[in-house]
Amino acid sequence: MYTQALNQADVDPVGTEEATQLARFQARIDAEERIEPNDWMPEGYRRTLIRQISQHAHSEIVGMLPEGNWITRAPSLRRKAALLAKVQDEGGHGLYLYAAAETLGVAREELLDQLLSGRAKYSSIFNYPTLTWADIGAIGWLVDGAAIMNQIPLCRTSYGPYARAMIRICKEESFHQRQGYEIMLTLCRGTPAQKAMAQDALNRWWWPALMMFGPPDAESAHTAQSMRWKIKRFTNDQLRQQFVDATVPQGHYLGLTFPDPELRFDETTGHWRFGPIDWEEFRRVLAGHGPCNRERMEARRRAHDEGAWVREAALAHAAKRRRRAAAQKIAAE
Amino acid sequence: MTETPMPLWEVFIRARTGLAHRHVGSVHAADAEMALQAARDTYTRRGEGLSIWVVPSTAITASDPADKDMLFEPTASKPYRHPTFYTVPDEVGHM
Repeated sequence: MYTQALNQADVDPVGTEEATQLARFQARIDAEERIEPNDWMPEGYRRTLIRQISQHAHSEIVGMLPEGNWITRAPSLRRKAALLAKVQDEGGHGLYLYAAAETLGVAREELLDQLLSGRAKYSSIFNYPTLTWADIGAIGWLVDGAAIMNQIPLCRTSYGPYARAMIRICKEESFHQRQGYEIMLTLCRGTPAQKAMAQDALNRWWWPALMMFGPPDAESAHTAQSMRWKIKRFTNDQLRQQFVDATVPQGHYLGLTFPDPELRFDETTGHWRFGPIDWEEFRRVLAGHGPCNRERMEARRRAHDEGAWVREAALAHAAKRRRRAAAQKIAAE
Repeated sequence: MTETPMPLWEVFIRARTGLAHRHVGSVHAADAEMALQAARDTYTRRGEGLSIWVVPSTAITASDPADKDMLFEPTASKPYRHPTFYTVPDEVGHM
């Protein structure tokens, strides 16, 4: 669900590659042709995609943790079934994306290794804790809402397998946001204490949700190259503004206030203007110093290590059956 | 990485009877049976299919994109393979 523009594309020095091939590649991109796995592509394009898609996949997988925290404590069976389905979707999205990344010639094992060894990044949002049930509402509404803003343009990204994975993901994501908003709505129509819980969740998730779109355009040095390659279709700031414009009226409908004294509607442009984002916090969380970074990584490593015997056993079992089948075939001949 | 890589399988799903199976993605699994189960969990959570095929990725032979012109271009010069190449008077009616 969550790409974040954390990944700064490293651009290849053009001299190392055939200028004609590059020109032909760019012409295909400009003609809105999709690039498919075995097509020629610049190394920078391949690397940028591997990094972006795998970070997106890691985010889906790590994103299961904060919500998984509430499955056993959901307030009703209806909420529990919905949350379970949502978390299962995140796992599925991670797998679609790893599969898309693998078409670029990198093994899933290698990508997982990058995550578990701390070399790969994932969306900063998942390093915040889910303290109350209202956080599950706020995550669905805001975090999935921000993710959808980011992902809809990715359905038209220039790399075919990524675009196809995103189409599936976007179809499934809309339920996530609606179930989150419904949780918020129910709390806001409940007791004053329940409404206060919803307000508290909005207060804590609002700014981290805005950070999900990545650093401001002025600091995102490689946005231009990703736009030229049509990996990205809109800049971080454009998407952030779209999200704010869509979300603020939804929050007002809930009767909640946003934790931003500078938030105001600009009549002339029709946009909601918001105050400065604390980019220092963003960099801190990204660098591993958020409230839950260590806990998240430990949970992933533990799950991976504790599942090792299952993977080994499955492979051993498959190998044994292959040997038996081969032996039977020889005996029959 | 010391771990043995899990084999990769391509997944094809038939959405409804009467339609062909269509490629939807891939999964990793130790054997065909587990690949089917993984494909079911990964690609059919919302009634997307009635039938699944899984095929070892290594069993697929693909044409090389570089040969695209050699393989497919010649058909462009053969318009006489299409019905609209032939003139039939209007009076004859639909044919």
